Amino acid sequence: MYHSLKELLQQAEDREVLLSEIVLDNEIELSGMEREKILQKLEERYEVMKRAAVRALGERLETAGNLISGIAMQHREYTAKGTTLCGEFMNLAMAMALSGSEVNASMGRICAAPTAGACGIVPAVLISIEQAKNCSEKAMLNALLTASGIGTVIMKNATVAGAEGGCQAECGVAAAMAAAAGVELCGGTPRQSVWAAVLALVDCMGLVCDPVAGLVQVPCAQRNASQTVNALTCIDLALAGMTLPVTPDEVVESMYKVGRMLPPQLRETAQGGIAATKSAQEITKRIFS
Amino acid sequence: MEISIFEAIGPIMVGPSSSHTAGAARLGRMAAKLTGQPFHHVDFGLHGSFAKTYQGHGTDLALVAGVLGMRQDDERLRDSFKLAKEQGLTYHFYETEISGAHENTVCMSFLLEDGTTREIIGSSIGGGQIKICSIDGFPLEMSLNMTTLLVINRDTKGIMYQIARILAANDINIATIKLTRQEKGAMACCVIETDSDITGSVLRELQEIPAVQTVKLIN
Repeated sequence: MYHSLKELLQQAEDREVLLSEIVLDNEIELSGMEREKILQKLEERYEVMKRAAVRALGERLETAGNLISGIAMQHREYTAKGTTLCGEFMNLAMAMALSGSEVNASMGRICAAPTAGACGIVPAVLISIEQAKNCSEKAMLNALLTASGIGTVIMKNATVAGAEGGCQAECGVAAAMAAAAGVELCGGTPRQSVWAAVLALVDCMGLVCDPVAGLVQVPCAQRNASQTVNALTCIDLALAGMTLPVTPDEVVESMYKVGRMLPPQLRETAQGGIAATKSAQEITKRIFS
Repeated sequence: MEISIFEAIGPIMVGPSSSHTAGAARLGRMAAKLTGQPFHHVDFGLHGSFAKTYQGHGTDLALVAGVLGMRQDDERLRDSFKLAKEQGLTYHFYETEISGAHENTVCMSFLLEDGTTREIIGSSIGGGQIKICSIDGFPLEMSLNMTTLLVINRDTKGIMYQIARILAANDINIATIKLTRQEKGAMACCVIETDSDITGSVLRELQEIPAVQTVKLIN
């Protein structure tokens, strides 16, 4: 059992194993399920993630009001030209995140991670690394374990609901989960995984939830792309040795406090941020009248 | 509180919202299971955020899909209105206010085959998790994550003992139990969550307790 990032890390370091192993052992104890059954359930989830991450790269999906239809394919086509600033790796990752968001908005099948609105981030980061580093299937399932371990600690000590903590709690936590998992896939230590996670949280602390017309489309999809990039950069930062002069659990606590300080208008109610603009109001009228 | 990793990675669902789509589908499906009879019409009273945002999140499609028996990850969910028509199910949506209810709450009235109505109120409480709050006016609390027994009985002495005795004799451990009643001596409602599955023969034994009116298993 672990209730904080400190305890999770401590257990991994005491036993000299990766975070994924601590998370798996804990889940076995908690659920009473066998190891193979848990891994099989994770595999099903990863399959759904992979399909959603590529599905909208090749087809334009209809969404309510079509606010983000075609954005994933547009980005893949741009990437294929070979003229990008940030390179193929980063741009394909963003395209996959956009695909996940587009599939979600079109009422397609996705796996929430940790929420449906943030479902593009963990898959985009993990699949990008899987392809770049040629990771084994087992390594990918372990990465999902690490991601979910970070996710559950944040759920226990803070929140992953946009209505409670803003976008930092949804897309930010997804980035944190993905960053920790990515470090493990890249051969980093459990300590580096934890730092990558909280660096990702720090980098988007205070990010508000302001969905245009209340729909899980804009700016959710764009933030799935940007938080995918956030996670990837935090992986490199942590692998290079970046830390913070505060503890990881203090960062989680801060994220939660900041979320509670956000006025309700900036927490999923579509009454603040870009959702409150004149343009957004007109879109709302157009879609719902 | 312990949280499973599958709450952080999961559920597998049809988008766009775990509370407004996945949770709504689950509410519809579980409520349909609780009716215990075929039905051909459902009225959906939407409260709070459900009432305000149901169109954009497909809450209406998800609720109809749910009562048709579809799960939250069924991609036919978006075509549920068409499927309902094919299966002869009619439905009606209206906005309502249910005092003290969670933001995402729906009141579902099923018109049953025998002409009676069953009214089930439930809430989608986040991440695809749900809570059934009342059945035909009986306040109760069911999350339906475990094997759940719903027993409606006359409020008499020793009824809990009789139910527990049958479960114990069949090697079934009770995880949680909640008993509510309308008034002393009237009808009571007992929700029992168990660690293992319950067979048909156990259900028959429970049904034979004289004070028991109905026994319903949801798993």
